[in-house]
Amino acid sequence: MRHHRQISKKEYYRGVQMLPYDLIKELAIATGVMLVVVLVLAAVLSSPDEPSVTVQSWAKAAPLDYVTTATAELAGTAESAAYGPPYDQHHQGDDVQAIGPFAPQIWFGVHVPINAATDYVLQPLSESSPGDPQLAAALTEYRSASHAQQQSWLTAYTAALGKATVSGDTVNVPQGHYGPLPTMMDAMLELGRSGAMDGLLLSGQHFYQTDYSLPLMFMASGGYLAGLAHQYKMEGNQWGMMNETGSYPGQAWLWLYTFWYQIPPFLTATNADLIVVIIMGVLSIVLMLLPLIPGLRDIPRWVPVHRLVWRNYYQEIARVAASRQGPAPSATSG
Amino acid sequence: MTEQLAARRDAAAPTPAAPDAAGGMVEEPGWTAAVRRNLARRMPLTELLPSTQPAYVGSWVYVFGVTTIAALVWTIASGTILAFMGSAWWHTSALGHFVNSVHFWGAQMFFLFMVLHLWGKFWMASWRDGRAATWAVGVVIFLASIVTAFTGYLIQENFDSQWIAVNAKDAINATGLGGFFNVLNFGQMYGIHVMLMPIVVTLLVVLHILQVRTRGVVRPIGDPYTPTPETGGDTPEGRLEA
Repeated sequence: MRHHRQISKKEYYRGVQMLPYDLIKELAIATGVMLVVVLVLAAVLSSPDEPSVTVQSWAKAAPLDYVTTATAELAGTAESAAYGPPYDQHHQGDDVQAIGPFAPQIWFGVHVPINAATDYVLQPLSESSPGDPQLAAALTEYRSASHAQQQSWLTAYTAALGKATVSGDTVNVPQGHYGPLPTMMDAMLELGRSGAMDGLLLSGQHFYQTDYSLPLMFMASGGYLAGLAHQYKMEGNQWGMMNETGSYPGQAWLWLYTFWYQIPPFLTATNADLIVVIIMGVLSIVLMLLPLIPGLRDIPRWVPVHRLVWRNYYQEIARVAASRQGPAPSATSG
Repeated sequence: MTEQLAARRDAAAPTPAAPDAAGGMVEEPGWTAAVRRNLARRMPLTELLPSTQPAYVGSWVYVFGVTTIAALVWTIASGTILAFMGSAWWHTSALGHFVNSVHFWGAQMFFLFMVLHLWGKFWMASWRDGRAATWAVGVVIFLASIVTAFTGYLIQENFDSQWIAVNAKDAINATGLGGFFNVLNFGQMYGIHVMLMPIVVTLLVVLHILQVRTRGVVRPIGDPYTPTPETGGDTPEGRLEA
């Protein structure tokens, strides 16, 4: 990079005709015009506001998906139960993204701890069991059973849910040896449908609560939220990150980031997120340092778009040169 | 008493550069005076707010920067109203929804014109003649604006917020930063969007404008009259070095 001596603008503009230009007036006019533009757009096109999903609306609209998810949380097989850091430290297998030994997800550890079985099933049921002897007995039976017994019940019940039917407010599974699970899951469904789960998942040690990690991870583990996202074309392989509900532009500026998820190998790679983030980080740095990169910084000279931008100026230079009847100064794009 | 006050006032008053014994000028000592001298030299008002521009500043491309600022003004103004009325207001009030729509389209216009501005400056190679830092700060504004808009989408308190949070968490978690920038934590995202990022973007925009006004508008590529490297300018061939 060539070092430039700081020169005054007067010196820099030497030989250039200076014309009156009112910057403040330009800003004022632009601000006024922009106000009209956004007011008209807001009045005519409005903005998207599809209501949020609650645990209650989920349990009512898709009770089987809700119960299946709750069962998976208890079994430790749901997304939120087997995610790994930053939610839990026990699962560091295929769900954790890494490139060889480069595994920042593991390095930074757990900062939003989630114990899926306890947080999503056992604790909410415990809090609602007083006054319900049948549920209290079912919880006692489940907790006192061996791990192998619990897994046997969960495996059988999970398989039975694949053949379950929904009638009214209940999920019916074929007869089988599920231990206390039917009682527990009936109670879970009741907690969900009544809206109690929404409150139970947010209640903590504090009166004020603005952290929705628990309920969002619960809903993310089910199929209902993703099903709605699919309808709105917001899933990852549908250019999801840059889309939004309705016919609105969304975050169109994320097109390049979203683009990678639409093509192999990122479409199926288990560590696609980490690779895409690294690619976009590198590209961002390249864009920032573009003036220092030979080749890239020469593109504007090779592709003469600037001839359009400054066409009047170039024409004026040619005209002046012609009027002097001398050789025209070089004003080419190179 | 009056004399004491006058003496104290005189002692506190800034002393202009005074001639020393050899006849040279002695600059007033101190950090404050040094900063003031530096600002006066680098950013005189006539340079910051010039009333003339080079004749080559005659294209619509030059308007995209100021329209970006204009969109930012209304985005911040509508966002301020939304912040005062509370996060749930716009879901239950027709007026609130309209203000949210102004905020939404203000942000869309901000990005539209910022991208047009960025592309325009790229094809004009506006980083020439010592303007690389101006370009770099512009790119940082673009990136900071993406974070701002992203956090805005996360705090809408509707389905979009829920799904974008659920969808985006994996990328941030993969970097290991998910525990510190938790997109599922509404309170954290709200603070970042409403407080932190507007300050960051606004300060960066002010810095960017100061950079542009201090250096002036870059000369056309291949301008035969551009000052030579010896005078600090580009070469007659229009080389595109920073």
